[in-house]
Amino acid sequence: MIRFLRKYGRHHRHVLATTLQQLARAPLASLMTVAAIGITLALPTGLYVVIDNLQRMSQGWDTGGQISLFMKRDAAESSIEKLAERVRRMRAVARVDYISRGQALAEFKQLSGFGEALNVLDRNPLPALLVVHPTPGQNPEALQALLRDLRGNDLVETAQLDVDWVRRLHALLALAERAVWSLGALLALAVLLTIGNTIRLAVLNRRDEIEVMKLMGGTDTFIRRPFLYAGVLHGLLGAAVTWVILAVTQLFLSGPIASLAASYGNELRVEGLSVAGSGVLLTAGALLGWLGSRLAVGRHLRAIEPS
Amino acid sequence: MIEFNHVFKRYPGEYDALKNVSFKIERGEMVFVTGHSGAGKTTLLKLISLIERPTRGQAVVNGKNLGKLAVRRVPYFRRDLGIVFQNYKLLFDRSVYDNVALPLLVTGVESREVGKRVRAALDKVGLLPKERLNPIVLSGGEQQRVGIARAIVHRPSLLLADEPTGNVDIVLAEEILDLFLDFNHHGVTVLIATHDQRLITRARKRMLVLKHGEIAHDSPSAAGTPQ
Repeated sequence: MIRFLRKYGRHHRHVLATTLQQLARAPLASLMTVAAIGITLALPTGLYVVIDNLQRMSQGWDTGGQISLFMKRDAAESSIEKLAERVRRMRAVARVDYISRGQALAEFKQLSGFGEALNVLDRNPLPALLVVHPTPGQNPEALQALLRDLRGNDLVETAQLDVDWVRRLHALLALAERAVWSLGALLALAVLLTIGNTIRLAVLNRRDEIEVMKLMGGTDTFIRRPFLYAGVLHGLLGAAVTWVILAVTQLFLSGPIASLAASYGNELRVEGLSVAGSGVLLTAGALLGWLGSRLAVGRHLRAIEPS
Repeated sequence: MIEFNHVFKRYPGEYDALKNVSFKIERGEMVFVTGHSGAGKTTLLKLISLIERPTRGQAVVNGKNLGKLAVRRVPYFRRDLGIVFQNYKLLFDRSVYDNVALPLLVTGVESREVGKRVRAALDKVGLLPKERLNPIVLSGGEQQRVGIARAIVHRPSLLLADEPTGNVDIVLAEEILDLFLDFNHHGVTVLIATHDQRLITRARKRMLVLKHGEIAHDSPSAAGTPQ
């Protein structure tokens, strides 16, 4: 068993060395294939990173979905306070801010700059307001139920839940994510074909060698192995090129992103591909390389028989 | 070692390349297969090396029934064979050494052992000083000898050669024949397809004469050939 493993390991080392030599012997052709794979993979991976960032940013907005309860103007302050106390004790509610009519007016005067104009009015036109912050992480249905519940109260004139646009954004992002996956699948197929074609040419180029090896008693597994190695290597290097393309793009965009972030009070933090993501990318590249060469070699190896 | 019983080989849409061929070659024998071109010499070698399969009849080589051997067993069957090709079939993308090492690589021989065996084989054919060269710079006779070294480096029990002297002059032909005689002397069964009468005369070994796909004559060793 140990002897077998040693023989196996020795053979694989040898194959890897020959594969690298062959890659180095035709550097331009290999480089072009690797670049083509890298660019093909860069598109879905880049889109994935963009969507991932958007999703992460919008996560914060989701929990901010708050319910504004505008009180009837004739509601007594004491009963509003009682209501606030009751709402505060509801399980789905994290916090309730009470803004009395007086506070609302003061705030409005300060923020709008219409202070003088408002003094003309003989009475306060603004209603009292309860701002209800639901406990984070609730699904839209639960929020809707909470909204219905609060709207039913006699003191409440109108109740507003401002999460519709967040929900639409999320739906849009989910759609985009799905689209990226289908695009990714399509481009993975393109990578498969690229590698398949490269390996097909390699097989045809080494027709004589394959024929001689078959005559010397080389098994299909043995003959196939260097081509599989080449496929995996091409896929892996292609994925590495993708990684570099993304890193360079992120660097290139970092200036504009930073100024955009500054305008949002630095809440914006753009992240590139994570370590795990990079691992998935490289693994996917290697797997596509293996599969592409396996399909190409299997077909063409059978066609080459000594005569 | 080789036993043919009423073997036929018909190529698709063609005549019978071999018709009702029966013969037996013992282990350790050396036999020449001769006949006019198109008589079936090459087909016979192709059957023995499992490049082709018999259409009818039973052919047994090295204890294996050639008609029934599974495709995946073919590589292992061929490892007991050494084949010398008329057109050498050398690979020009590697050195003489690497060409000769190929059969050992295929069977996974240890690298230290590979070096020893390859050099022994090259020494045998007198090409040890040229191991680092690319075979493309060698003469035809030298290329043929590289092919022979490659055919014997894995110590096959059966050596097949198709017109091994087809492209070399008489002096080289005799050198090559001496090599085959020497391998045979060391116990290797040797089967040579040739129409080079000088070789057959000189070797004084058994001769199978093929004519239009049939065995016309089977002369035992040292007989039937003029001295």
